[in-house]
Amino acid sequence: MNNPNDIKQSQGAEVQSPKAIDIVNRGLAKRYGSEQRFKIYGLIAVFISLAFLVLLFFTIFSNGYSAFFQTFVKLEVFFDPAFINKDDPANSNFPGLIKKTLRNEFPDVKNRKEKKELYSLVSSGAAFQLQTLIQQQTDLVGRKITIQVPVDDDVDMLIKGNIDRNVPESNRRINDRQLTWIDKWIRDGKITKHFNTAFFTSGDSREPELAGILGALVGSILTLTLTLLLSFPVGVAAAVYLEEFAPKNRWIDIVEVNINNLAAVPSIVFGLLGLAVFINFFHMPRSAPLVGGLVLTLMTLPVIIIASRASLQSVPPSIREAALGVGASKMQTVLHHVLPLALPGMLTGTIIGIARALGETAPLLMIGMVAFIVDIPSSFTDPATALPVQIFLWADSPERGFVERTSAAIIVLLVLLVVINALAVILRNRFERRW
Amino acid sequence: MSPSLLIILLLIITAAAYQLGRSQSISLAKKGEGVKSLHSRPVYYGLLTALWCGLPALFIFLIWQICEPLIMTKMVLVHLPDEMQMLPESRLNLVLNDIRNLVSGNIVSGEIKPEIEEAANHYRTLQATGNAALTVVILSFALIGAFIARQRITPVLRARNHVEKVFNFFLIACASFAIFTTIGIVLSVLFEAIRFFRIIPMTEFLFGLDWSPQMSIRTDQVGSSGAFGAIPVFAGTAMISGVAMLVAVPLGLMSAIYLSEYANKGFRTIAKPLLEILAGIPTVVYGFFAALTVAPFIRDMGVTFGLDVSSESALAAGLVMGIMIIPFVSSLSDDVINAVPQAMRDGAFALGATKSETIKQIVIPAALPGIVGGVLLAVSRAIGETMIVVMAAGLAANLTANPLQAVTTVTVQIVTLLVGDQEFNSPKTLAAFALGLVLFIVTLILNIIALYVVRKYREQYE
Repeated sequence: MNNPNDIKQSQGAEVQSPKAIDIVNRGLAKRYGSEQRFKIYGLIAVFISLAFLVLLFFTIFSNGYSAFFQTFVKLEVFFDPAFINKDDPANSNFPGLIKKTLRNEFPDVKNRKEKKELYSLVSSGAAFQLQTLIQQQTDLVGRKITIQVPVDDDVDMLIKGNIDRNVPESNRRINDRQLTWIDKWIRDGKITKHFNTAFFTSGDSREPELAGILGALVGSILTLTLTLLLSFPVGVAAAVYLEEFAPKNRWIDIVEVNINNLAAVPSIVFGLLGLAVFINFFHMPRSAPLVGGLVLTLMTLPVIIIASRASLQSVPPSIREAALGVGASKMQTVLHHVLPLALPGMLTGTIIGIARALGETAPLLMIGMVAFIVDIPSSFTDPATALPVQIFLWADSPERGFVERTSAAIIVLLVLLVVINALAVILRNRFERRW
Repeated sequence: MSPSLLIILLLIITAAAYQLGRSQSISLAKKGEGVKSLHSRPVYYGLLTALWCGLPALFIFLIWQICEPLIMTKMVLVHLPDEMQMLPESRLNLVLNDIRNLVSGNIVSGEIKPEIEEAANHYRTLQATGNAALTVVILSFALIGAFIARQRITPVLRARNHVEKVFNFFLIACASFAIFTTIGIVLSVLFEAIRFFRIIPMTEFLFGLDWSPQMSIRTDQVGSSGAFGAIPVFAGTAMISGVAMLVAVPLGLMSAIYLSEYANKGFRTIAKPLLEILAGIPTVVYGFFAALTVAPFIRDMGVTFGLDVSSESALAAGLVMGIMIIPFVSSLSDDVINAVPQAMRDGAFALGATKSETIKQIVIPAALPGIVGGVLLAVSRAIGETMIVVMAAGLAANLTANPLQAVTTVTVQIVTLLVGDQEFNSPKTLAAFALGLVLFIVTLILNIIALYVVRKYREQYE
C-alpha cells in the first residue's frame, strides 16, 4: 500500500513548481514512439502496395515465359503417294499420314485404345503442317524426310514440368503408356524446344499449342486506329473550343461538368450504349472493330479533352496577347500560335488515353467482340477480338496449356503498354516547355 | 463507283477547288498593290471555295450512307410476293438476311428460292442505280459548289470571316459530342430499362430478394419463371466494393502520407511511378491474377484454418480490386495533402507538435473533404469495375454477409446476361439494361458529389 502522504506530497510539489517542460518531457518518449510507429506504418503501406505489384508481375512472368517456347517432336515422314492426292493436295488424307508415321515409330502398338492414345500425342496441327509443306513442294511426294511437328498441349505441359509424373495415373492427363512413348522420344533426342513462332503468327484456336495472338493483335490495332483517328481531332477541337472560344455561361458549365462525369462513368456503361445505339439501332455489324472503335472513342474522348485543356491552359496568355496585338484574328491566334505550342501535351494525353483503351475489355464484351474467331481480321467490319478480350477468353479455358498462353498474352499486352507509355514520356520530355 | 473511291475523288476535286479559289483571288487583286488589296489572304479564298465544294457533297454522301439500307430494304420488300410480305417480322428479317447474303456473295442458309434469287437481283440493280445516282449527284454538287464560290470571289469578300465561322461551328459540334454521348447513354439505357419495368414492376426489381434471371424458352419448362429481385446483386456489389475499400483506403492513404510528408526525394521519385504502374495495368490482368493466384491462395488459407471458403469468394475479388484502387486513392490523396498550405504545418511545428501529430491533427482534418471526395471517386470506380469480378466473383446471387462465400455483382450480371446470343425482347436481356441504369445513376451521383467536394476544397485553399 502506498502511503497517502506520499501522494499528497508529490501533488504538493507539482503545485509548487508546475514546469511545463517537465510535463512535455515526460510525454516525449511516448510521442516520439508514436511518431516512429506512424512513419513505419506509412513505409509498410508503400511496401505492401509495391509487394502486390511485384507479386503480380512475378505470377504473370513465371507462368508466361514458358509459352514463348513450344515443344516439337521429330518425325520421319514418308510421303506415301497412297495418302496424297497430287492434283488437289488440300483433299489428301494428311491426318492418316501422321497416324501411319506414328504407328511406324511404335510398331508394337496394336489395339484401338492404344492407337488412339498414341495419336493424341501429336498436335492436330501436324496434318496442316504437312499439307502446307506438300502444297509448297509437290516433289516431296514419295520421299522420306524428317520434320518437326508440334506435340499436343498435354505433352508440352509434361515436358515443361507442369504435369507431375508422380501423381496417380488416374489423376494425370497423360497415362503411363503414353509416358513410356514420350520417354523413348526423349531418349532418342527427338523432343526439341523452339521459339514459339506460331504464337505470334496465328489466330485463335481450341488447341493451346496452335493458338496465337495475331488475330487479337490485329483486331486491337484496327480498333485503336479508328479510336485514334476519331478521338484525337474531335477531342482537340472540343478542348480548343471550351478553353479558347466558349463564353462563360451556364450552358458551358454543364458541358464541363458533363465531361468530367463522363470520364468517371464505368466503361461497361459505354458498352451498353454501343450495344443499344450502334448495334440495335444503327444495325452495325456485331463483333466488328468498327463498333469497338466507336465505343472506345466515346470512352477516350473525355480523357483527351481534359488533358488537352490542361495543355492549352499551360500556354501563357502573353503568346495570345502578342498574336492579337499584331492583328491576328482570334482563330488565327489559336490555330497558328497556341495550338502548336499545346500540341505535345495534347499528344501525350491522347497516347495515355489510347493506352487505357488498349487495356479495356468490358465494353468490347458488350458489343460481341468475344466471339471465337480464328481468321485474322482484314477490315473494320470483319468480326474480330481484341488482345485483352483474347486474354479473357483464354483465362476461361480449362486446358492447362492456356494458363501459360494467357500469361504470355498478358506479357505481350504489358510490353505494348510500356512501349506506348514510354512514347508518351519521351514526347513529354522532348517537347514540353516550362514557361 | 464504290463509296471509298467516290470520297477520294471528292477530296481531289476539293483540293483543286482550293487552288482555283486561291488563284482566282490573286488574279483579282489590284495590279501593283498585290494581295494587300484583298480583304483576306488568298489562302482564305481558297479554303472558302474548298468548303463550298466539299461540304455539301460530303453532307449528301453521309445522309445517303445512313439512309441507303433503309430505302433499299423498303423497295425490295415491295417487290416480294404477297405471301412473303405477310410474314411476321422475325421471319421477314430472316428472308431479308438471305437476300443480303446473296447480294454480298456470302453463304446462304438452306436452298435458294427463286423469289429470293429474284429479289437479290433486284437489290443488286437498285444498288447499282443508287450508286450511279449518288456519284452523279455528289460530283455535280461539288462542281457547282466550286463554281458558285469562284463566281462570288471579289476583293471585298470577307472570306476569312466566313471560313472562321465554319471552323467555329465545327469546334462547337465537337464540344457538344460529350453532351450527345451522355444523352445517348441515358436514352439507350433508360429506354430499355423502361421496357423492362413494363414487364417486371420496379418495386419488385428494387426490393425483391430473389435473383435468378434464367428465363425458359418454352413456358412448360422447369424453373421457367425468372426472378428479378436485385437486392442480392446490390448487396454483393456493396460487399466486394467494401472489401476493396478496406484494402485500398488505408494502404493508399498511408502511402500518400508517407510519400508526401516523410519520404526523401530519391525514394519518392522511385516509389511514386511504381505505384502508378498499378493503375496502368489493365483490369483483365488483375482478373486473371485474382482467379489464378489470389482466390486459390485464400481458399487454401481457409482450409488450414478450418473455414469453408468458396473458390470465388468475395474476399479474393475485393482484395484484388482493392490493390487496383490503391494508386487511385493515393494519387488523389497526395494531391489534396500537397494542397494544404505549408503555413498550417509550420504553425503546428512552432507549437511543438511532432510530424505525425501535425499530420493527424492538422493536415488530415484540413484535407479531409478532398480525401473524402477521392474515396467517393474510388468507390464509384469499384462499383463499376467489371473484369476483375467477372473473372473472380461468382455468378449465383447469394444474399449473405459472409465475405468468404461467392457473391455476384451488378457488372457481372450485366455481362452474363448480354454476352452471347440474345433475344432482345426478353426480360432477361432487358434486365441487364435496368441494372445498367442503376449502375449509371449510382456512379453518376457519387461522381457529382465527389467532384463537387473536391472542387470546393480546392477553392478553399486557392
